[in-house]
Amino acid sequence: MAVNMIVCCKQVPDPEAPPAVFKVVNNKMTLPAEVKPVIGQYEEFALEAALKIKDTAGGKITALSLGNNFVRDVIKKSLAVGADELILLEDKAFEDGDSWSTANALAAAIRKIGTYDVVFCGRQSSDWDAGQVGLGVAEILGIPAVTLARKVEVTAGKAKVERVIPDGYQVVEVTLPAVIVVTSGIGALRYATLKGIMAAAKKQPVVWKPADIGLEPSKLGAAGRRSKLDKLFQPVKESKCEIIGGDTAAEAGAKLAVRLREAKLL
Amino acid sequence: MAEYKGVLVCGELADGKLASITAELLGCGRKLADELKENLSCLLASDKVGEASKEAIAFGADKVYAVEHPALKEYQADSYMQVAEKLARDVSPLVILIGQTSMGRDSAPRLAFRLGTSVTTDCLNLSIDPATKLLVQTRPVYGGNAQAVFISESMPQMVTVRTKAMSPLERNASRKGEVIPTKIDIDTSKVRTKVLETVKEEAVGIKLEDAPVIVSGGRGMGGPQPFQTILKELADLLHGAVGASRPPADNGWVSEGLHIGLTGKIVAPDIYIAIAISGASQHTAGCSGSKHIIAINKDPEANIFREAQFGVVGKYEDVVPAFTNKLKGLLAG
Repeated sequence: MAVNMIVCCKQVPDPEAPPAVFKVVNNKMTLPAEVKPVIGQYEEFALEAALKIKDTAGGKITALSLGNNFVRDVIKKSLAVGADELILLEDKAFEDGDSWSTANALAAAIRKIGTYDVVFCGRQSSDWDAGQVGLGVAEILGIPAVTLARKVEVTAGKAKVERVIPDGYQVVEVTLPAVIVVTSGIGALRYATLKGIMAAAKKQPVVWKPADIGLEPSKLGAAGRRSKLDKLFQPVKESKCEIIGGDTAAEAGAKLAVRLREAKLL
Repeated sequence: MAEYKGVLVCGELADGKLASITAELLGCGRKLADELKENLSCLLASDKVGEASKEAIAFGADKVYAVEHPALKEYQADSYMQVAEKLARDVSPLVILIGQTSMGRDSAPRLAFRLGTSVTTDCLNLSIDPATKLLVQTRPVYGGNAQAVFISESMPQMVTVRTKAMSPLERNASRKGEVIPTKIDIDTSKVRTKVLETVKEEAVGIKLEDAPVIVSGGRGMGGPQPFQTILKELADLLHGAVGASRPPADNGWVSEGLHIGLTGKIVAPDIYIAIAISGASQHTAGCSGSKHIIAINKDPEANIFREAQFGVVGKYEDVVPAFTNKLKGLLAG
C-alpha cells in the first residue's frame, strides 16, 4: 500500500555547535552567522523513518515546516534526501510561538493537505526541547499518537511501532491515520545523492501564509501562546578542574589513579 | 469561571510500589502547597494501587485518589488519559506536577492540550512568585546551553519535573492523610493502540541508574569495541557500569539503554568518569548530578573539563589502560 506521509521538520541553530557560541542577548538566543542552521536532529530521524517506509511500501512524503526566514538550502535537504514536496509555513506572524501556536498551525496545515496516513514528528526540537508538538497535533486532529518510535512498519490501515521504554521496548499497533513521534535508533538520515540534490534544486517549496491555512491571528506565533517566556539566561559555571599532567599520557593516567586514591574517591 | 484549588501530583507506580519520582514530586509539591496554603493531592492509577497510597501520604500527600482498573495495568495513553483528564477536571487544581519520565513525557502534553493549558516540560526548579502567587517554572533549553523561566498564562499551571532534580521529604509513616478510592470508567473502545509485545533489553550487570561508579565513553571512542574492552575493564574493577553519550548510541556502538543525557538516562553516581566525551550540554544534562566527575579527553578545550573535578588531557588509548593498571595495583595494595 502506498503510504501518504507528512514529516514535520524544524530549522534550528546547530545543536552540535560548541557550547561557547550560544549567547543569550536581550532574552534571545543569538548565534554567530557562521554557525549554519540545520534541520533538528530528531526531525532528521523522523524523515528517515518516512523514507524507510517509502523504500519498502512506496508512497509520498510531504515535508512541512513552520518558521520565518528559512535558509532554503537547509530546509530543502528534506527534498534532496527524498521527500516529494516541501510546504513552508513562513511568515513573521509565526515567530515566537510556543507549543500551542506551533501545534495549531501545523494541524491546520495538515488538515489543508488533507490526505495522510502518518504524520511523523521528532521527539523534541533541538532548540526548545519541549517535546510537545507531535502530541499536540494529534490531540488537535483527534488522531492517535505513538511516541518514542525507533522502528515503524505500515500495513493495511495500521502501523506497527517499536516504542522505546526505560528497560527495553514495546511493539505497539496503532490505527491510521496517526502521529508517530520518532526518537534515535531509527538510523541516521541518509545522505542526499547527487541526483537528489539536483532534483531538489529544481523544486520550489510551496509557501503558505496564515490566511492560507485559515488560522485567526490570535492563534498565531506570539499571540497564540499559552505560556509566557519570562526570562532566558545562562547560569555562570565556575570551572575548578584539577588537571593531572605527566611526561606522557600514560604517566598522567597513572598519576590520576594515585591522586584519586589520595582524595579517597576510589 | 472554574475555581482552581490545590496542587495535584500525577503519580506513578514502579513494580507495584510508589515510584521514586513520585516521592520527589510530593516533596516539591508539599513545599509549593504550603507556600500557597493549599492542599496536596496525588493521583495513583493502576490495576492495583494498594499500599502505594499510604506511601504517598507518608511522603507528603494530604489526599490520594486511588484509581484501580484492569486497563491500567500497563501504561497506554488512550486508557490513562481518560482517567487523568476526568480527575484533573473534577479536582480542578491550580498546579499539576508530573514526572519527566517515559510515562510523563507521553501523557503530560496530551493532558495539557486536552485541558487547554500549557505545560512546561523537564523543569529543574519551581517556585512561587510572591507577588502574583503564580508558579515560576525553570527549565533547560537549547540542549542545556541556556535556561528559560516560564509562567503559565492559563490554568491549571502544568509542569513536568526532571527525575532526581527534587528531594523527597523524609518518609513519615505517621503522617495523616486521606485515601479516596475513585472509580473512573474507561471506555476501551476509545483505545486506538494495542501493545502486542513488551521486550526487556536489560543490560547484564549493575543497572546504570543504581551504579555508584559509571565509566562513560563518547564519540571519541571511535567504535563499539573499546566499550567492551577498555571501558568495561575499568568499570568492572570499580564495580561500576559502562555508559555512553548520545553519538555512540545513535551510531549503534552501544544499546540505547546506555545513553546518558537529556534524551537518555539521568544518572547521579558518586563517580562519573567521562572518557572521550566533549561534554555537550545535552550530555552533561544527564550526568551533572554526579558527586565527582573525572574527565579524560585529548582536547584541552573540551567543555567536559568545565564540569569535571579532575582531568587528564590525552588520548584515551594511552591514558585509560595506564590508569586502570595503576588503580589495580593501588586497590590490591
